[in-house]
Amino acid sequence: MSIAAVDDLALRFGERTLFEGLGFELEPGELLAVLGPNGTGKTSLLRILLGLLRPTTGSVVVEGCPPQERCHRIGYVPQQRVFERDVVLRGRDLVRLGLDGHRWGFGRFRHEDRARVDASLAEVGATAYADAPVGRLSGGEQQRLRVAQALVADPVLILADEPLLSLDLASQRGVVDLLDARRQSAGTPVVFVTHDVNPVLHTVDRVLYLAPGRWAIGMPEEVLTSGTLSRLYGTEVDVLNVRGRVVVVGTPDDQHVHHVENGH
Amino acid sequence: MFTQLLAQHFVHTALWAGAVVAVVSGSIGVFVVARGMSFAVHAISELGFTGATGALVLGIDPVLGIFGGSLLVGLVLGLLSLRGRERDSAIGAVLAFGLGLGYLFFSLYQGYATEALNLLFGNIFGVSDTQLRNLAIVGAVVLLGLALLYRPLLFSSVDPEIAAARGVPLRALSVAIFLLLALTTAEAIQVVGVLLVLTLVITPAAAAQRVTGRPTLALLLSVTIALVSTESGILLSLLKDWPPSFFITSISFAFYVAARYYDWSRGRQSRPATLLRAQALE
Repeated sequence: MSIAAVDDLALRFGERTLFEGLGFELEPGELLAVLGPNGTGKTSLLRILLGLLRPTTGSVVVEGCPPQERCHRIGYVPQQRVFERDVVLRGRDLVRLGLDGHRWGFGRFRHEDRARVDASLAEVGATAYADAPVGRLSGGEQQRLRVAQALVADPVLILADEPLLSLDLASQRGVVDLLDARRQSAGTPVVFVTHDVNPVLHTVDRVLYLAPGRWAIGMPEEVLTSGTLSRLYGTEVDVLNVRGRVVVVGTPDDQHVHHVENGH
Repeated sequence: MFTQLLAQHFVHTALWAGAVVAVVSGSIGVFVVARGMSFAVHAISELGFTGATGALVLGIDPVLGIFGGSLLVGLVLGLLSLRGRERDSAIGAVLAFGLGLGYLFFSLYQGYATEALNLLFGNIFGVSDTQLRNLAIVGAVVLLGLALLYRPLLFSSVDPEIAAARGVPLRALSVAIFLLLALTTAEAIQVVGVLLVLTLVITPAAAAQRVTGRPTLALLLSVTIALVSTESGILLSLLKDWPPSFFITSISFAFYVAARYYDWSRGRQSRPATLLRAQALE
């Protein structure tokens, strides 16, 4: 029984087709990495899954319900966007917003809610800095809190949009491990949008590769091959394995070589 | 002399009016500061001036003009729901035009210049009983609105992207906060005047922001600072015959400076503590 089903999805902006005929199902506990160069609709796909963007055609169902009806909680971890230093918000306030920030009124903070917030903070190892203003925490600490915020409401599905961007290696690993632990303990599927597959390569089940106008889905060793990517891009592309890391060379914009130079 | 003044009815009215406006301004201020809307406050109050002088020319109650002008520009800014630099420049353009229009109305107006001066710098001792009643009603509306919208407002102020993902209607909230701000500004104009509205809406909240990271505590602090500044400003102006607006702005600014100093000195002390924490995490 799948948690989410995407069927015959197409997204067009005017003349431009980002993707069409896109379909896949998410099984419990599955981690799907969405890869591909900029502008191929990775973030748009997440926005469709969140119910914030209507696809041109096709349908999305999460636990039997279209996401825009919000029958189920969907956890969302965005790109790391640093909080301003003087924002009036503590770590635990940020996490609590994930629980009831969308409700009207002041809201009574009941004992069980406090316990859930505390448990989420503990789960991501953020208890030590839960009472510090978020603007004064490091990028890695802020991103842990965002993961806690996404988990606190017990989501049926977790969507992460480049959650590792601008994090150091240790923090990257921390965030990946947290999401991995959650999908294993609670069976929550994770859709993980990233430009660099390497930080999640050890834990990923399937890969959805979005190239301009074309896509492929499958096990990483099926999709991340010179043959598949050359077919997607319609040009000679090489997938190299360098010391256990996957490097893609020869894509028209050569994004991935750039990442290697960045030392990811 | 001071005790005699304290027994006067108009002094009581002034103190009550100041209290109402301070509580409302201090409350909405924390959201205004969190959303970076300080410049918008200034624009809304300038347009309140335009509305008031327009009303004077037409021979109607300037307070109605204040509300009309403020609400109109509040609604437009809220509907546009612009962000960052674009909002800054749009507000600048609207503000300049509105002020020019206000100056035209002012020069067309044949009445006393003091009335316009009162609009600009406030006339708290001129508040009538009916005006006080209206201030209280409008103030209650704003506080009720803020209480109702508290959590989604906080959510969308600090984290708009996630709030939208959770179904918080950002645009509707933007319109709502701008309209509530327009009502607050129209109230504050009657106490401290167009040019000094910022002293009650921005300064207390900006000071509170320096002192605490707790949203509810910041709200309480902001209200307290606005209240103490306003009431003591009014009382001091009875002791020394200087305008109350001067005392109010000075006291709230003193709070702001003190808050910044507190924040700065705390930052110096806590630096070793952050280092320790970082080591403990590794």
